[in-house]
Amino acid sequence: MSLLSIRGIGKHFGGLQVLEDVNIEVPGGAIFALIGPNGAGKTTVFNLVTGLIKPSSGSIAFEGRDLAGVPPHQITRLGIARTFQNIRIFPDMTLLENVMVGRHHLLNYGGLALLFATPAFREAERRSRERALELLSWVKLDHKADATADNLSYGEQRKLEFARALATEPKLLLLDEPVAGMNPSEKAVLMEEIRNIRDRGYGVFLIEHDMRFVMNLCDRVAVLNFGRIIAEGPPDEIRTHPDVIEAYLGRGDEAEVS
Amino acid sequence: MAAFADFWATYSTLVYSVGIHALLALSLWLTLSCGLLSLANAAFMGIGAYTAALLTLNLHWPFPAALLGGAVAPAVVALIIGAPTLRLSGVYLAMATLAFGEVTRILILNLQITGGPEGLNGIPLLTTGWHIVVILAVAGYGLARIRRSRLGRAFEAIREDEVAARLMGINVESHKLAAFTLGAVLAGVAGALNAHFTFFISPREYGFENAVDILTMTILGGTTSLIGPVLGATILTLLPELMRFLHAYRLAVNGLILVVVVLFLPTGLWDARRFRQLLKNRRARKGGQP
Repeated sequence: MSLLSIRGIGKHFGGLQVLEDVNIEVPGGAIFALIGPNGAGKTTVFNLVTGLIKPSSGSIAFEGRDLAGVPPHQITRLGIARTFQNIRIFPDMTLLENVMVGRHHLLNYGGLALLFATPAFREAERRSRERALELLSWVKLDHKADATADNLSYGEQRKLEFARALATEPKLLLLDEPVAGMNPSEKAVLMEEIRNIRDRGYGVFLIEHDMRFVMNLCDRVAVLNFGRIIAEGPPDEIRTHPDVIEAYLGRGDEAEVS
Repeated sequence: MAAFADFWATYSTLVYSVGIHALLALSLWLTLSCGLLSLANAAFMGIGAYTAALLTLNLHWPFPAALLGGAVAPAVVALIIGAPTLRLSGVYLAMATLAFGEVTRILILNLQITGGPEGLNGIPLLTTGWHIVVILAVAGYGLARIRRSRLGRAFEAIREDEVAARLMGINVESHKLAAFTLGAVLAGVAGALNAHFTFFISPREYGFENAVDILTMTILGGTTSLIGPVLGATILTLLPELMRFLHAYRLAVNGLILVVVVLFLPTGLWDARRFRQLLKNRRARKGGQP
């Protein structure tokens, strides 16, 4: 069974049809990419999965559970975490605090425990801090744990977003254009981080339009164009798929998408 | 000792005011820490003041019970008006809470039980210095604990990026309502304490002017720590006393302070992060010398 099932999803904003009968099955423990030209509706798919907007038709299920009517913070608690195309860290908080925000729902002490700093409270906070530091070490930012997040470089902010998303203990991680605006060496580093995350057993579902990055990284790829899925399969198959080549390069072009 | 007695006789009211204003500034600090620009805290102070005063005046409740009433009544009101208004953000929320404040003031002005425009007279003088000190200390301790917990981190996350906070599994609506309501509780207690040492309260003490005063104290002191609001409240309570000759222009001076602070010291007077940075720079300069 796939981890995330998107079945027959349609979405229109007023008269503008953004998605039409989109079907995607995202497996667990693998890297799955949704690619497509700008404006194809990729981010809309993420916004639908995380519950920020509601589909006009169709259904989304996570681990077999229908997500219709589930509010975004509950969807996160079920095990879906995401990063954003235009990075959305908490700039005035330290790296450690940023990551600990992700553990919010896992810290379930009550108001009195909080006020009196009971042993249970201290223990929960300590464990949470340790896990946050561990996650920061996964992305090699633990040495900056006490720096404020706005001091980080662009690439580091992306990595902080990864760690923060992982702090919610998700089963599936949604990455929205993780390498946008990065230079080739930063991209290589990030690609390695994403592979590491998959190898630790997480499912990764990413959006990208950097074809080379996707083809080298992903286990499976779906292509979205004008709100429809036009192809789906392993990278090698997608690379030579005539509809994909047409979507990216235009009709009548013999060139292969590299 | 005699000198202190003299000083206390003259200035005890001023010291009490500093404490109560500090409590008010902290109440707004809590609301602001969740990103809510609210102008309702003066009204919550009024609701707390009138509730507590009516409880001691008419029903002869003991003071602690009246204080509790002064905390609970604004909390109930905050829960009721919070649900619809907290969907608004930024300046729209400010406008909605401003309207709520005016409605509250006009209600107090026109109700029979509140004494209308004449206000309430002869409230028993039950507030003592240590009441204010203890309550301020408890409030400060509670807020400090909140800051270092999941609750405080959630408030700050919501303030910095609401969408990201939501997708970190935080129930944004319930946290906003909690910050708004806890702020109302603190403002209500401040009002209840105030009513029981000024002997007399009237609707005009809880209007727009007061809402802006509370905001100015908090912003002047700075919202990055708990020291900021207390410092801001102290300065803005003592300043009018030190500059009596400017009395007629008090509001203009407050407005000017707000503008200057927002333009030149957006993080307020007390900014721990700026202090750390300054200290680091100084050390770096010293270290650079041979």
